[in-house]
Amino acid sequence: MITFDDVVKVYPGGSTAVDHLTVELPTGKLTALVGPSGCGKTTSLRMINRMVNPTSGRVLIDGQDVSQQDEAKLRRGIGYVIQSAGLFPHRTVLDNVATVPVLVGKTRREARTAALELLDRVGLSPEFAKRYPAQLSGGQQQRVGVARALAADPPIMLMDEPFSAVDPVVRGQLHAEFLRLQNDLGKTIAMVTHDIDEAIKLGDKVAVFRQGGILAQFGTPQELLEKPADDFVAEFVGRDRGLRSLSFDSAASLPVQPVSSQPDLELDDAGRPVRWRSAGDLGGVFTASDSLRVVTDLAISSPVGIAVRVDEQGKADGVVRHHDLVDHLLERRR
Amino acid sequence: MIQYLQNNYEVVLTALQQHVWLALLPVLLGFAIALPVGYLAVRFTWLYHPLVNVCGVLYSIPSLALFVFLPVLLGTKVLSPINIVVALTIYTVALLARTVADGLRSVDPLITQAATAMGYRRFGRLINVELPVALPVILAGLRVATVANISLVSVGALIGVGGLGQLFTRGFQLFYLEPILVGIILSVLLAGIADLVIVLIQRAVTPWARFQRGGAA
Repeated sequence: MITFDDVVKVYPGGSTAVDHLTVELPTGKLTALVGPSGCGKTTSLRMINRMVNPTSGRVLIDGQDVSQQDEAKLRRGIGYVIQSAGLFPHRTVLDNVATVPVLVGKTRREARTAALELLDRVGLSPEFAKRYPAQLSGGQQQRVGVARALAADPPIMLMDEPFSAVDPVVRGQLHAEFLRLQNDLGKTIAMVTHDIDEAIKLGDKVAVFRQGGILAQFGTPQELLEKPADDFVAEFVGRDRGLRSLSFDSAASLPVQPVSSQPDLELDDAGRPVRWRSAGDLGGVFTASDSLRVVTDLAISSPVGIAVRVDEQGKADGVVRHHDLVDHLLERRR
Repeated sequence: MIQYLQNNYEVVLTALQQHVWLALLPVLLGFAIALPVGYLAVRFTWLYHPLVNVCGVLYSIPSLALFVFLPVLLGTKVLSPINIVVALTIYTVALLARTVADGLRSVDPLITQAATAMGYRRFGRLINVELPVALPVILAGLRVATVANISLVSVGALIGVGGLGQLFTRGFQLFYLEPILVGIILSVLLAGIADLVIVLIQRAVTPWARFQRGGAA
């Protein structure tokens, strides 16, 4: 657990970067620090590994005040990923990843062997090992950056705008891979981003900062979308927050009509939906584990305005009509 | 000219050896001094501009004036090779200190930041990250300094010590073209070889630099 205890950072010249921040980033979870530029999110991140020291207040890791610890040793125990990866241009991919293990005393050979496994873990084939960073694409560099941060298996990772230097398509892939990785590893992660969508997608918790280094709201992505603390947060999370908040609700509780109520739906011998006879095609199908957002999208895009639910075998086991969905959403709001 | 070389084989060889020695020793000494000086000018940013100015002034002192003036300052004999070594070391420092500083300043702050965050201490970061990344710039400066030194040694012949330059003075004194030609050809050859050697060293120690430009960004 990373604890900010009444932390203030005032830069020489008098500008307040962080204003009385008190917050706890839970162990094993990803906390996204998000806000407009100049809101103190990066300063806050850097106070965790002492790249910046607070003017007053304390930062604690599992109850230990970081200011009492040796800077270099503290940092070797905390993974760090930055924008456009910050890879060492003079080292091969493999040696970049091996950096921290070598620093903490592993032999180069051990460190390289472990680094090779990590490359695989972040989805890079071994042929990249001997290349230099300048020979990689932005997305590949970013993967190496993540591998390098993970190399010494630190319990904590700090990520400063880690995905902002790559194009949206690659960013989407990296997000998915990163979520899968974090699912396996369960690191305590603090991630700075200016992109609220990224924060909501990746964060278990989101801390929204406003100008002047003030924490505007701290909560789960769903809380942020459904109950923004004030106009600033509501504005910041954006206009379509109602629709986006549906991503966090499972379709499991959504009441369905029996398939037999829809003679227009053609099924094959195994009971799998084939098409709407009147429209000629089916649209998509959902399962009980999908989110309400998926169902809403299906109901809107379906040729007949009806979304079809299937079970694990792919058999149709229920349908949801437009107005049933709307009733459910209204019910959910109460 | 072949005839001349056959007859004066030993004179030419001695001059060549002296030339190499007088040119390269100052490069090594100057490099050793320029590294810490250049680093200090980066570490303490207020030092940078004074350093650039001092280097500029030092480099603009005419070499002959320095050769003549140094014995007065150092108390050495006028004909002592030490004068040449000291003078050329001063030029090398003047060239390289600024190059080292510029090289270190050219390191992307993101890279320095990443190194700090990985847990390098200041010295480890300098040796393992900043200097290696600055090396292409520093080695480019070293090429210039080396070639400049090789040509400047000849000027020393005017005060009696000057490697291949002595072949020039001898040729002029005797109205004899051969030694002058041999001197010129050998100094050009020497400069070319020294330059090539540094380029090869550069290729070997900074294999990554080739990909820096034109590669995937």
